[in-house]
Amino acid sequence: MMAHAIFFYFFSTIAIISAIMVTVSKNTVHSVFFLILDFISISCLFIMIGAEFLGMIMLIVYVGAVAVLFLFVVMMLNVAQQKNQWFLSSQSSRHIPIGLIISTIIFFELIIVIRGWKYKPELFENIDSTSSFEGVSNTHSLGQILYTDYIHVFQISGMILLVAMIGAIVLTFRQREGVKKQSYIKQISRERSEGVEVLNVETKKGVSVDD
Amino acid sequence: MIDIGLGHYLTLSAIIFSIGIIGIFLNRKNIIVILMSIELILLAVNINLVAFSIYLGDLAGQVFTLFILTVAAAEAAIGLAIIVVYFRNSGTIRVEEINKLKG
Repeated sequence: MMAHAIFFYFFSTIAIISAIMVTVSKNTVHSVFFLILDFISISCLFIMIGAEFLGMIMLIVYVGAVAVLFLFVVMMLNVAQQKNQWFLSSQSSRHIPIGLIISTIIFFELIIVIRGWKYKPELFENIDSTSSFEGVSNTHSLGQILYTDYIHVFQISGMILLVAMIGAIVLTFRQREGVKKQSYIKQISRERSEGVEVLNVETKKGVSVDD
Repeated sequence: MIDIGLGHYLTLSAIIFSIGIIGIFLNRKNIIVILMSIELILLAVNINLVAFSIYLGDLAGQVFTLFILTVAAAEAAIGLAIIVVYFRNSGTIRVEEINKLKG
C-alpha cells in the first residue's frame, strides 16, 4: 500500500507540473514535450491501477501519434519561435481574469462534489470488484465485451476515424500548378493516330518538331 | 493520505481539468496550445472514467475511455488540418489576430 501511495504521488505530481508547463511555457515545442510527459505519466497511473490495456493504448495513440502530429504541425508552421506575450496588449488580457475566476470556480465545485459525495451503500455490496477480474487479464476482459456488447459503438468509432482521415486529407490537399504528374487515363487512351506521324522529309530541309 | 482511493484519482482529474480550462483562457500565443489544452481536458475525463471503472469493477468505463481516445485523435487531426489551412491562407495563427469572424 505504501509503494502504491508513493508511486501515485510521484506520477500525479509529474502529471500536474507538466500540465501547468503545457499552458505556461513560452515555446510551443516545449509545450508539446510537456504534453508527451503528461500523457506518459498518466498512462503509468493507468497501468498502476490495473487498466493496462488503456495505459498502453494511451502511449501508442497519444505519444506515438497525436503528440508527433502536434510536433509536426508546430514545426511546419514555423510558429515555434513566436514568443508568448500575455498581459502585454490590454485588449487581449481582458479575458484572463474572468478565465481564472471561472476555472477556479469549476475546480472548487469539482472538489466539493468529490469530497462531499457519498456512495449508495448497496453499490459496493452488489458488485465485488475483484472477482470479475480474477484470472483474466484486463486486455482479455476488455476484448470480450468490446467486440460483443459494444460492437456497434466500436464500428461507429471506426467510421469517425475514417471521416476524420478523409476530412484532414481534403482540407489540406491543394492542387499545385506546374507539377508534372503521371496520368493513367492519358497514357492508356493514346492512339496511333495522335502518337505517330509519317512525314516525307525533304533532303537538307528536315522537319520542324513542335512539342 | 497513504491509502489511495477513488477520491485521489478524482482530485487529480479535477486539477488537470482546471489546468486545461486555465490554459484555454490564459493562452495568447497560438491556437495549437489551445488544442493541447483540450487534449488535457479529455485526459482528465479519461482519468475519471478509468478510476470509476476500476473501483466499481465495471469495464464499461474503460470501453468509453477507448472511444473518447478515438474521438480525441480524430479531433486533433481535423483541428490541426484546419489550423494548417488557416495558416496557409492568412499567415498567422495568433489567437488575437484571428478575428475574421468578428467574434
